[in-house]
Order: sequence, then C-alpha cells, then structure tokens
Amino acid sequence: MIGIKQEKCDYCGTCVGVCPVDCIELSDSFIQIVHKICIDCDLCIKICPIEVLYKVEKN
Amino acid sequence: MTQEKYDVVVVGGGPGGSMAAKFAAENGVRVLVLEKDREIGIPVRCGEAVGGAGLREFMEPKGAIISSPIDSFRLISPSGIAVHSSAEGAGYVLNRKVFDQELAILASNAGAKIQTRSYVTGLLFDGDYVCGVKYRFQNQEDREVRAKVVVAADGVEARVGRFAGFKTVTKMKDMETCYQVHLANIDVEDGVCDFLLSNKKAPGGYIWVFPKGNRQANVGIGISGKFSAEKSPKKYLDEYIAERFPNASEINSTLGGVPCDKTLSEISGNGIVLVGDTAHQVNPMTGGGIVNAMKAGRISGKIIATAIKEGNVSKKRLSEYDREWEKTVGKINERFYKIKEFTMKLTDVQLDKTAELLVEMPPEKRTLFNVFKTAVRYQPALIWEVTKIFFG
Repeated sequence: MIGIKQEKCDYCGTCVGVCPVDCIELSDSFIQIVHKICIDCDLCIKICPIEVLYKVEKN
Repeated sequence: MTQEKYDVVVVGGGPGGSMAAKFAAENGVRVLVLEKDREIGIPVRCGEAVGGAGLREFMEPKGAIISSPIDSFRLISPSGIAVHSSAEGAGYVLNRKVFDQELAILASNAGAKIQTRSYVTGLLFDGDYVCGVKYRFQNQEDREVRAKVVVAADGVEARVGRFAGFKTVTKMKDMETCYQVHLANIDVEDGVCDFLLSNKKAPGGYIWVFPKGNRQANVGIGISGKFSAEKSPKKYLDEYIAERFPNASEINSTLGGVPCDKTLSEISGNGIVLVGDTAHQVNPMTGGGIVNAMKAGRISGKIIATAIKEGNVSKKRLSEYDREWEKTVGKINERFYKIKEFTMKLTDVQLDKTAELLVEMPPEKRTLFNVFKTAVRYQPALIWEVTKIFFG
C-alpha cells in the first residue's frame, strides 16, 4: 500500500502523470490514492520531487 | 443536478487552456474554463523562463508579468567550463502567477467565462463523441456541463485525455521531476541564465540559475524519472545550493513534473482536443512548455470555433489541429527529443571535452551540427544517434 505525508504535499500532480492505472485524485489541496485500483507499482513514490509518498508494508 | 450548456469547455486554466479559450471565444463560440484550484496561477509548478520571440507573438513583454529579462545564456559543463551565447531580448523570467492570471483575463475579455474550484471528475459521452464533463464545484456540489468540444488542458496529470482513451501517461524516463527555490542574498550575474549539465549533479536533466535581479535568482533542477528513485531532485538541489550559495535565504520553493516527450501521436478525437503538457507538447530538450502550450491553444481554439460553426466536430474535422501542430512545432520537437536522447548518453568527461572545444570555436560557428560533430569525436559509437537527429 502507498502512504501519503499529507502535510508535505504541494499538489504538483507529477505522481498522477506517471500512474499507470489512474488511481490518484488530486486537486487544490487534496490528494488521495484509491487503494482499490492501485497496483503498488511504486512509480508515484519514485517520481515525487519531495518524497511525499511512501511504501506501507502490509502486516 | 445543475446542467449547463456551452459550445466549448476548457479543462485547466494554465497558458494552454487560457489561449484555447481566448481564440475560440474570439471566433464566436461560447466558452467555459474550469480550473480545479482556488486561484488561477497557483501553485506555480516549476520554471518561469520563457523565450522572447515566442512570448512576443502573444503579448508585449512588459509590466508585472516580467520578473527580469534574459539576454545571455551559459551552458556549463560538469567541471565548470562555460559556453557563452548572447542575444538581446532572448528571453524573460516571468512572474508566473501574474502571467497566468493575465492570460485568463485575456480569455475572459474575449468572452470566455472562467470558473475556479471546479474539479473535473469525468467526461460525458454521446455515442463515441465526448459531449461534456462532470465536475465537482467548490468541493461540495456535483455538476455536469454539456459542450460540443472539450479542450483537455489539465497539465501534467493528463487525466481528461485518459478519460477519452488517449494514452497520455508519461514514461518514467521522459518525466523530468523538478524542484526549484527562489533564493535571496546570492552573488549572481543579472541577465545571464546558467544551465549546468552533469550526470553526477543532475542525472538526465540539468540545474538552472535564472537571475531575478537584486541579488536574487530562481535556482532549480530537473532530473529524469529514470534516476529519481535513488535520490529526489530536492536532495540533489539542496546539495548544490549548500555548495554554491551557502549564505542564501530561501524565499519560496516550487516543484513539478515535466513530460519531456514527443507529442502524442493523436491530439484530437470526436468532440475533444488535447492542449499543452497533457498532449506532451513541451520542448523535450529544454523542458520549456509555456509558449508551446499557448501556440497549441491558439491553433486549436481557432479550429474548434470554425468546426463548431460548420456543425462538424468529428475527429476527422478536428485533426486539422494535429496536422497544423505537426507542421509548426511537432516536427521540431521530434528532433529535440532525439537530441535529448543523445545528450543523455554523454558521460561527464565527454561533456567537458565537448565544452572545451566549443569555447575555442567562434560563436557563429557553434551550429547544432558542429556541436554534435564535436561531441561525436569523443564517442564515435554515437554517430548513428547523430545521423538519426539529422536524417531520421
């Protein structure tokens, strides 16, 4: 699962542009990952300019 | 549910969206622009430099939109060899927020209606035609608006095109992930823009220093998504600033992603066109996208208005935009893409040696061809790449 450091995000939209399954909702000061659709490819984590996104290991 | 009707709905109030709106409205159709954010022009998403000639096609470069003029460029090699070139009025550092708002006002004066806090969540379809959008207004009310043509100008996210089946996703290697800070209290030469190439300091991209006058500059970095997993652009830039401008103060920071790619193979469909970053219309070598988006907006805006008046908004009719774009900018961008691919293959040593030879060459001889001839001298294996640039 992908986690979001909400207070750190600047809403630049770069993660949305590389997401292969279009599972990120982002507007103004809002960001959310639709986990049902997410395939955990981690591209959003890799592209974020300021490391807002991170991997959450499932228990 | 509220349902409105317009001739054209433009999704996104950046330079591309505003120009599409302006040129469509000027040509006699009713236009609505939907901007998701609460204010046009923010957040600024990286880069404020723009070419002078391109900008002057649209407006006088004066007043609050301009932060400072640029009249020379320095390409700096990894070890610090500077290749200088100057041209008066070559470019400008913009006040991007003021600039974007000025463009929206131009669209508005032409008759387009601009609406902020309107987040598009989907498209409306009539058979295989796009015929409007669904959007969330002020983060609380779901609305629909019908339109004969939708202009997707939603930037790097590029979701609106995807809703209609366009393959707008940017490949990791082509996404430049960028971070920029506005620094004060630094020693920097006004009017001179620096571009630093270095595989070590900015892999697959470059560091820029754009002076803003009064001991200030925008200092930024873009790196290829191929390399950003190990280290983010912010980390690279923080290191560079600590070394080069240790006493600087940070006034603000901006960030964003730039699709440095060839233009999508299709940028129009039944009842829809794609404009700007969303259509991958950025210059893939420099990452500059402002003027290209404005040009795409101008071309598509006029064509849409005419097509609507003719009563034919089919893909076939709207693809006049594809052809016009290909002729004016698309073809050039294809060459820039090959140059980018070539440059990314050069090692730091090769970049240094190329710069050394270029410095000795008189400026008028520094043509694109000579630059490549010089670079290839140190890596003959790249001859094939150069051949592709000039003949492919």
